[in-house]
Amino acid sequence: MKRYSVFAIAREAMRQHTGWDRAWAKATPKKKYDAIIVGAGGHGLATAYYLGKNHGIRNVAILEKGWLGGGNTGRNTTIIRSNYLQDPSAAIYEKARSLYETLSQDLNYNVMFSPRGVMMLAQTQHEIRGYQRTAHANSLQGVTTEFIGPHKVKELCPIINIDGPRYPVLGALWQSRGGTARHDAVAWGYARACSDMGMDIIQQCEVTGVRQANGKVVGVDTTQGSIDCDKLGIVVAGHTGVLADMAGFRLPVESLCLQALVSEPIKPCMDVVVMANTVHGYMSQSDKGEMVIGGGTDGFNNYTQRGSFHHIEETVRALVETFPMISRLKMLRQWGGIVDMTGDRSPIISKTPLGNCFVNCGWGTGGFKAIPGSGWAMADLMAKGEPGPLAAEFSMWRFREGKFIDESVAAGVAH
Amino acid sequence: MLILECPYCGVHADETELAPGGEAHLKRFGPGSDIDDFEGYLFMRENPKGLHFERWRHAYGCGKWFLAARCTATLEVFGTYPAQSAEPPQSIKDAITAKRPGWSWRDFA
Repeated sequence: MKRYSVFAIAREAMRQHTGWDRAWAKATPKKKYDAIIVGAGGHGLATAYYLGKNHGIRNVAILEKGWLGGGNTGRNTTIIRSNYLQDPSAAIYEKARSLYETLSQDLNYNVMFSPRGVMMLAQTQHEIRGYQRTAHANSLQGVTTEFIGPHKVKELCPIINIDGPRYPVLGALWQSRGGTARHDAVAWGYARACSDMGMDIIQQCEVTGVRQANGKVVGVDTTQGSIDCDKLGIVVAGHTGVLADMAGFRLPVESLCLQALVSEPIKPCMDVVVMANTVHGYMSQSDKGEMVIGGGTDGFNNYTQRGSFHHIEETVRALVETFPMISRLKMLRQWGGIVDMTGDRSPIISKTPLGNCFVNCGWGTGGFKAIPGSGWAMADLMAKGEPGPLAAEFSMWRFREGKFIDESVAAGVAH
Repeated sequence: MLILECPYCGVHADETELAPGGEAHLKRFGPGSDIDDFEGYLFMRENPKGLHFERWRHAYGCGKWFLAARCTATLEVFGTYPAQSAEPPQSIKDAITAKRPGWSWRDFA
């Protein structure tokens, strides 16, 4: 792999950019791999990357039904934060956030991590108490957050209306090292690094069956033929239920549609991420100037990647109330992604009833921010066969044991 | 927009009038049950890409719960029926068979 650098740009500028390599190689499946990862989204590619980098397992294939990064990795609102209430969540999301800080240097690929700060508005007395509690929990967990008052909110984000008619802004939970990153670049950067380690990224290769013998996985059937493997990692977000069905077990997840939308580009007006969970909308401004907007999931099981109009209407209504200046913005695009929701709104990084088959799912509405930490923990699990400290609490059997990591109550909404 | 017919009041209600209630035909297990049954009832879900039986409530109408057979991959609705049903009526099973031959469901396959 030729390194990207200022010298590379200068060199290529001299020769009409004829010397750039493909970022990752096109691959056809081999007969057998040490490990197969199903799903070439952020989490799958990060898993493969840390398998190679941290554990030296490089005979790896990453299978993708569609195109690389074309699922939820390319559909999210790119927010990165780690201000979670529960200890296991704070640990893995903070691991991810801290890896994002140096990810561009690590991958030699600019993921445009922008630690611009994330604020979650408190608009009821209940939320003030909740976020103060989270701020205290975060200080014990070593996550830097603080509870700020409404005037500080206005100072950090002047376009907020803090005296709204229904829900005036009473304060906010502020994480100054949260922010955004370029979502496609995260997938592309990991893909390039994986390909450089000799891993095969095989796109347009849908898994149609999981082959097993003596209670262990031995390979997968795909639209490009059968491939053998010693270990299998299922990292497919919304379609986890479909893959689990092939592998012969059930999971406590349901797939729902989550929508997002962007406005026409406007001049810079907002240099933080704002989440308003009571009225339920969140917004940030992309480097292109578009306002990136997200809200809640639709309520019913759905695999169609298109959601219901009334949810967008509710999200936009909430944000117009919070940011009156956006009321005349035109929206450019709207889309949906299929998120896999668990009962406690926390992910699953776990062994499964099928031997040597591992699952990383249940990230629901908040997966993008977790990509590096999720890959780190999943690679650890796949390499050793037992969960490490980051993944230990996220077992798929925590529900039967009553050991929930209850972020649904902590956040009150999708997060 | 998803439109379901309420089997009680006959209204063709769009989804803003309805509240979704998750998977239908769950077999309930109470105190003293086997832990696997209890876990299955409380947490495990079919989550199919395709035919799904699910609960809905006509929240801004008659307020009653009913059940629906719907496809999660196409959003096609095969029919709705009262919540007291142990399994879908034959007319709905026939409607499903016409479009999805060979379909099955865990609890009444």
